[in-house]
Amino acid sequence: MMQVETSYLGTVKSSEDDILLFAGGLPGFLEEKEFVLLPFEQSHFFLLQSVHSKHLAFICADPFVFWDDYEVKLDDASVEQLAVQEEEEVAIFVILTIEQPFSATTANLRAPIIINSKNKRAKQVMLDAYKFSPKTALSKAASKERC
Amino acid sequence: MLVLSRKTTETICIGDEVEVTILSVEGDQVKLGISAPRTVDVHRKEVYEAIQKENKTAAKPVSLEVLQAFIEHSTNQKPGS
Repeated sequence: MMQVETSYLGTVKSSEDDILLFAGGLPGFLEEKEFVLLPFEQSHFFLLQSVHSKHLAFICADPFVFWDDYEVKLDDASVEQLAVQEEEEVAIFVILTIEQPFSATTANLRAPIIINSKNKRAKQVMLDAYKFSPKTALSKAASKERC
Repeated sequence: MLVLSRKTTETICIGDEVEVTILSVEGDQVKLGISAPRTVDVHRKEVYEAIQKENKTAAKPVSLEVLQAFIEHSTNQKPGS
């Protein structure tokens, strides 16, 4: 076991096996290659926390809870980089930008976080699909599902 | 910046493994074919920059109170919760 310092959840115990390896970092944070994904209890939200930088964390969501029509077509390069063999191995999250009022909060559907849950390789992938915006309103998705 | 003139169907090589071919030129639009190893990601620059910017905005810390209120607010909107 190891300890991960976080701003939002205090010090969290995590297994080294749970470390996600972003071999190329994330755009804007290329030097940050190791993260853990920590769930916020009883919610559809997660914290993508840098293992080495306490103050670097992204609030993420499960996109399929909020957007029925969301889909990710993984390009061949990403499939190879993550060594994906089965579709079932792949977990997908999107990064949120929390704004106030909360109705202004957006999700980056254009560049989802792709995780191979089997080997823990991960990557932020830029989709070719222009229909998904890096600033997709979360409030519309939530209210749509409520109806 | 290195400047090279190329005609349609002509190619430039970058290192041993990256090739960029001019496929067509129509007006101010140039269609490029890029072949690169799968370890090399190829992006449209403006898309890459937009994602970079969005990541930096998303990484700005919010206070714990705001985060908790956000999760409560957004979770309460879900059916059955």
